[in-house]
Amino acid sequence: MAVSATLTDNEPRVVLSARGLSKNFGAFAAVKNVDLDVRHQRVHALIGPNGAGKTTVFNLLTKFLQPTAGSITLLGADITRTPPDKVARMGLVRSFQISAVFPHLSVLDNVRVALQRPNNLSTQFWLPMSSLNRLNARADELIEAVGLKRERNALAADLSYGRKRVLEIATTLALDPKVLLLDEPMAGMGQEDIGTVSSIIREVAKERAVLMVEHNLSVVADICHHVTVLQRGEILAEGDYAAVSQDERVRLAYMGTEEA
Amino acid sequence: MTDLIHSTTSAKRTERSATASMTYAIFLAAGLAFLVIAPAFFYPIFLMKLLCFALFACAFNLLLGYTGLLSFGHATFFGGAAYFTAHAVKEWGLTPELGILLGVAGAVVLGLVMGFVAIRRQGIYFAMITLALSQMFYFFCLQAEFTRGEDGIQSVPRGHLFGLIDLSQPTNMYYFVLAVFVIGLLIIWRFINSPFGMILKSIRENEARATSLGYSVARYKLGAFVMSAALAGLAGGVKALVFQFATLTDVTWQMSGEVILMTLLGGIGTLIGPIFGAGLVVTLQNYLATSDFPVTIITGVVFMVCVLLFRRGIIGEFYASRLGRKLGFEHRR
Repeated sequence: MAVSATLTDNEPRVVLSARGLSKNFGAFAAVKNVDLDVRHQRVHALIGPNGAGKTTVFNLLTKFLQPTAGSITLLGADITRTPPDKVARMGLVRSFQISAVFPHLSVLDNVRVALQRPNNLSTQFWLPMSSLNRLNARADELIEAVGLKRERNALAADLSYGRKRVLEIATTLALDPKVLLLDEPMAGMGQEDIGTVSSIIREVAKERAVLMVEHNLSVVADICHHVTVLQRGEILAEGDYAAVSQDERVRLAYMGTEEA
Repeated sequence: MTDLIHSTTSAKRTERSATASMTYAIFLAAGLAFLVIAPAFFYPIFLMKLLCFALFACAFNLLLGYTGLLSFGHATFFGGAAYFTAHAVKEWGLTPELGILLGVAGAVVLGLVMGFVAIRRQGIYFAMITLALSQMFYFFCLQAEFTRGEDGIQSVPRGHLFGLIDLSQPTNMYYFVLAVFVIGLLIIWRFINSPFGMILKSIRENEARATSLGYSVARYKLGAFVMSAALAGLAGGVKALVFQFATLTDVTWQMSGEVILMTLLGGIGTLIGPIFGAGLVVTLQNYLATSDFPVTIITGVVFMVCVLLFRRGIIGEFYASRLGRKLGFEHRR
């Protein structure tokens, strides 16, 4: 079941890394001195109790928040001072904890919004909407991959919570990102969707890096190669799932208090 | 099972939007036919004023309704373009179409400047910055040489369109204004139903998500702002030729407020709502102009009634009503 714990000497290259990442909100230090290396072709989990700073780390890495200290490198380029939309264009694309879809657009249009920019179809104010039809083939592929084919023309607002999350993943994949940051992708999903999304993540990680925040530890055990445990904004433990789950401090801080 | 429900709702949606575009087409044809024969029944100057303000309100709605930005400085573009056009036509002897284009170009420049300063602010801050900048422009117009201060630019010649058609003939002028109005509406329609319009809509729905998909949100907003300013300028330039003068009235903050009133009355986020809003306000002003009762009190009361009773505006409420839904409309907000 679990991904092999033995890591070979030839670990794939680091694509996203943070050094000494810190964020203070006034006197409160939400993230303290976090070092993180996300590797190509690897699924990396960020776990920890509520309020540990996982989402803040996501916001810092994607530059939705400006770090108080530390540096971030994406694909060899320093992005510590890069605006969030540019970071996204460089290939680091995120999803959100609270499902982020465009509610009054159809499922198809949600995916097409993502496809528009890389296809240079986002600034054309003189073209009719039908010019977007050339994106349909790719959009349908993505919609089908996440199992939303029958809801293709439904409004995103009418989807169930779990289906919205799946749509968000399809939208994120539409950009063909180099690094994928997923904030609790399985939250609120039924067992069936969890299975679908797990296999999607495993599939996409064959060609890119994935960093995900996840509470469902059986999912983490199942698909993640590497686990970083955060507590009160600091890294508590790091390693593969087997090692981390054996760590006494981790058991105390996290697993002892939550049903796995 | 849920799949089944979804596919039926989406089928219903497609069916409904098909009915909606049918009814839309019929309404538009009827509206256009009415405007074509209207000069036989109404005073042309009144109609032209109405069309200018309707275009102004539609341009404003492009920003408020489709981008979600409340500008409190749109009089700058309307009145500014009126000055530019009036000056170009009267002092430089340009033909009317060139004068109007120059007015639009001026509005674009003003829009770029104002938008560049204001666009990164949200909500009330955005409104206040646009108000402050438009007040600066008002005082500039009050002091500047070419605007002639309190007098304004008077007796602007209407000239010959393309050097051929005599616009001093009220009928010719009316159909010219009508053509500009229709072209303006078509531009707005294309704009909101374009790939760019789709991105604007997605930004309005979820700005953080749009950013995370790599869209530089501020640039798209600035684009919409400048387009709105350009169309407001088009309305202002034409208005200067209709009335043959450009005065301070059109750059005051009251004018910025009036266009907000028109848009809210008609229904924000609907293509034709602002036309009805502008029609109502202009008609009220026209018929009450001769009475002793102050017009502003009446429009103020109308505005209060609108906010209290029909928040979606005339057309917005109609779309949301049972009849509106039967005709296939959906109020998208």
